[in-house]
Amino acid sequence: MIHEDVICSFCGCLCDDIRVETNDEGIVKVKGACRLGSSKILGHGPGHGRISKPMIRQDGELVEVGYQEAYDRAASILKAAKRPLLYGWASTVCEAHEEGVLLAEEIGAVIDSTATVCHGPSVIGVEEKGLAGATLGQVKNRADLILFWGCNPAEAHPRHMRRYSSNSTGRFTPEGRKGRTVVVIDVRETRTARLADRFIRIDPGTDYQVISALRLILAGKAEILGDEVCGLPKGMLVDLVDILKKARFGAIFFGLGLTHSRGRYKNIDCALSLTAELNAHTKFMIMPMRGHYNVAGIGQVMAWEGGYPMSVDYSRGAPYFNPGETAACDLLARREADAALIIASDPASNFPRSIVEALAEIPVIQIDPYENPTTLLADVVIPCAIAGVEVEGTAYRMDGLPLRMRKVIESDYPSDEEILKEIRESARRLGDDH
Amino acid sequence: MIIKGGVVYDPANGVLGEEMDICIDGGVVAEAGGGPTIDARGMLVLPGGVDAHSHIAGPKLNAGRIMRPDDGRIGTEPLRGLCRPCTGYTVPNSPAIGYRYARMGYTTVFEAATPIIESRHTHEELEAIPILDKGALTLFGSNWTVMECVGEKDLPKLSAYVAWGLRASRGYGVKIVNPGGGEAWGFGSNVKGLHDPVPEFNVTPAEIIHELARANERLCLPHSIHLHFNNLGKPGNYTTAIETLDLLKDIVPSRDRQAVHVTHMQFSAYGGTGWRDFESKAPEIADYYNKNDHATMDMGQIIFGSATTMTADGPLEYANARLLHQKWSNHDIELEESSGVVPLVYIRGSPVNAVQWAIGLELALLTEDPWKVLLTTDNPNGGPFVKYPGVIALLMSHKRREEEMAKLPEMLSKRSVIGSIDRELGWAEIAVMTRAAPARVLGLKEKGHLGVGADGDVSIYEIDPREVDPGSDPALVERAFTQAKYTIKAGEVVSRDGEIVGIPQGRTFWTDASVPEEDMARLMTSLKEKFEKYYSIQMSNYMVQEAYLSRPVAVRAGVEVAQ
Repeated sequence: MIHEDVICSFCGCLCDDIRVETNDEGIVKVKGACRLGSSKILGHGPGHGRISKPMIRQDGELVEVGYQEAYDRAASILKAAKRPLLYGWASTVCEAHEEGVLLAEEIGAVIDSTATVCHGPSVIGVEEKGLAGATLGQVKNRADLILFWGCNPAEAHPRHMRRYSSNSTGRFTPEGRKGRTVVVIDVRETRTARLADRFIRIDPGTDYQVISALRLILAGKAEILGDEVCGLPKGMLVDLVDILKKARFGAIFFGLGLTHSRGRYKNIDCALSLTAELNAHTKFMIMPMRGHYNVAGIGQVMAWEGGYPMSVDYSRGAPYFNPGETAACDLLARREADAALIIASDPASNFPRSIVEALAEIPVIQIDPYENPTTLLADVVIPCAIAGVEVEGTAYRMDGLPLRMRKVIESDYPSDEEILKEIRESARRLGDDH
Repeated sequence: MIIKGGVVYDPANGVLGEEMDICIDGGVVAEAGGGPTIDARGMLVLPGGVDAHSHIAGPKLNAGRIMRPDDGRIGTEPLRGLCRPCTGYTVPNSPAIGYRYARMGYTTVFEAATPIIESRHTHEELEAIPILDKGALTLFGSNWTVMECVGEKDLPKLSAYVAWGLRASRGYGVKIVNPGGGEAWGFGSNVKGLHDPVPEFNVTPAEIIHELARANERLCLPHSIHLHFNNLGKPGNYTTAIETLDLLKDIVPSRDRQAVHVTHMQFSAYGGTGWRDFESKAPEIADYYNKNDHATMDMGQIIFGSATTMTADGPLEYANARLLHQKWSNHDIELEESSGVVPLVYIRGSPVNAVQWAIGLELALLTEDPWKVLLTTDNPNGGPFVKYPGVIALLMSHKRREEEMAKLPEMLSKRSVIGSIDRELGWAEIAVMTRAAPARVLGLKEKGHLGVGADGDVSIYEIDPREVDPGSDPALVERAFTQAKYTIKAGEVVSRDGEIVGIPQGRTFWTDASVPEEDMARLMTSLKEKFEKYYSIQMSNYMVQEAYLSRPVAVRAGVEVAQ
């Protein structure tokens, strides 16, 4: 059977033009996706590290159990905990996120997403300045200047440039790449940099100073600057400002190179300010390159359900938001979390080592289709169907545009949403015994 | 359910303060009923409140929440009873929106603007709002397909697109915001007036408005076009308002309602050449409404204090942010719209804010017919909806207005006429502006009244209109409207003395309009091309799926209905 216009569940590009061929065995062919997306969509069957049955750790070994037993154990761990943490959410659909918020309310948990070790600082930058953005189709149809700062779409978001940005064509951009100027600013010459018209290599940790210099030049105060800014000739930056100002529609895309280098959210604050100031001269927008396909979605769901997009503490009964205090890593670093539910993510691979050690010391419940390093430190493992391949539901693209993920094959596994609902029911039954 | 002995105001049915029983059976008002009895003796009984213009769901709400954690903290309420935790004052979380409207006696609220392509988001948030019945108005004013149909003077094709867009967004009516300006803003400019052509499209805002109004009536939609004027928020813009209203005099409504609803008129009733000589032109606008019957408006009253402005008028928000040195979010939407969000504070000491405050009230007090003026704050642009009771008190009490004016700059008396208005609105007029008129303006036949067959939505307030003189006791009025004694939704008590006691899932109204097949076929040819060349998503992934509306109500309309 052929499924047209399937939505890829790999990265924040959420490409929705994928053709998937299935037969009785499962998915046999994927057309139109990039290599990363194809392998994700094809990797649903056994032999791809799918967890076959729920497991509970007994005497150091994970032992297979039934689903209900796993739900009940998960619920009793969470209810017994004083400071439970619900973490992950980037690779599942919003219907599961909504259940996650309800579970956090029920048990008084802290709920946080992978954004906390990804674009969390970008969100804090937005709190400071707001964000001048647009949908990706605006870039496709209008942008004649594209600036990639600290990101490498050629390797991390492989279809971004062709579909949405530097190489796309649209109403006012019929010439595609030829009609555009592409600038890359990064600390190393990435593949994206090699495809650019202009590559500016900056020293690691100097992003804030470089953006500030651009803002000064834009404000007509170039004379304040010395001949060099962090090793870059002033003339080069003056030229760059000139290029930015001459654009008819400029788009800045930034990645973790900007978000997680020295300065963190202040870098983003500065970049957002530069974008706003450029609008006094021409049209400009800016967008974070979100990684996992629905990491944007958990931020949206948490915002409408509880008012804040990440790192929310429900232990007082009301949402309390204070990243630095209530983010997953903060809680674990203080050895405060005493149980964790990890869903649709792999913190054992992505958290700093000391934080992973803290995670290893507490009971961990994992909900995931696949075994990964987090499984090694989990006490309850609950396998689920793959959202976006085996389960339909909502996901938000990096620009905030929501799409409905399609289901292309059946699965015997329960969905994330069903699992969370069962755990919540079980926790409710436990009531105030704890 | 029987509501016994209350003092009922149901102006749509000519009931003005009569002591009578209201029966609800099967969720609707009935001749007789059984079950629980509510003793409403000595209390004011009204149809459930209806808000025809409020920003309650969708991308710009979340943009506001995310950029304003400061606002989130203001309204924090912990998990309590049936209520989930709440946050926010101007941009509350979705559950709080449902609880707070219900506590005030409101049971129906319409989201003021949704871009078609992001309507899935709007519906996800609408679904997360408990209790209320709701709907969303779909944005058409800067849409490429609309402008092309207008340019081609192809009304049947434009009508087909409006019908398709309403279906795609599961939207209820046609919203037009700064027509053409959203497209111009795509390259950082704006349209300056009704006859300023939209760059690259060679149509004018006047043509867009007029043709969408014609399409609206051709499709016999339940609601008229819902219009946010060009030049909104600028000194001197009242001339644009009147010019636009004149343009629509030849539109013949296809249903028993206005030809155009003008939203948040306060922001479009400005005189002066700049902020220094800024003044109220509300008397001119009200005079126009008193002499003409084709239009309605809502107030867009401002509330002193914090607000979060959010609108599809992208260039306006950029101007706001520049003027006020505020943080600025913008979100342009491919082929369809622009939008922006800017937090701000309305200050009593600011002459401009004081005049804005006066304009909203003047519009309501100088327009003779209350059926033409809905009570809104353009939530949360003028201020949050929880402040409606204060607005009611101002409209009902000259004394309250004088007390407020005493705190405002003296120049107000030169820049507005608010001080010279003695009119005090009565209970019936408030019932019209908050119930009967918004329902009629929206074309919701079962809302806003208590006749047999109407939805069983009732609000009961602990105030006896026969005893209380609102003019001299505005505080009692404000207190009563802030917290309904009972709010009843489809025959179920949902709020009692401010406590939420029932959390039914409300319904979502959308308009299902039919068009001749050949018109739709012609439209599909040009739409397919747009998806192949310009949209960043596939046509098959564009429409809001049925999964997003748990309790949809499809209102039938279309060319066949019109015939």
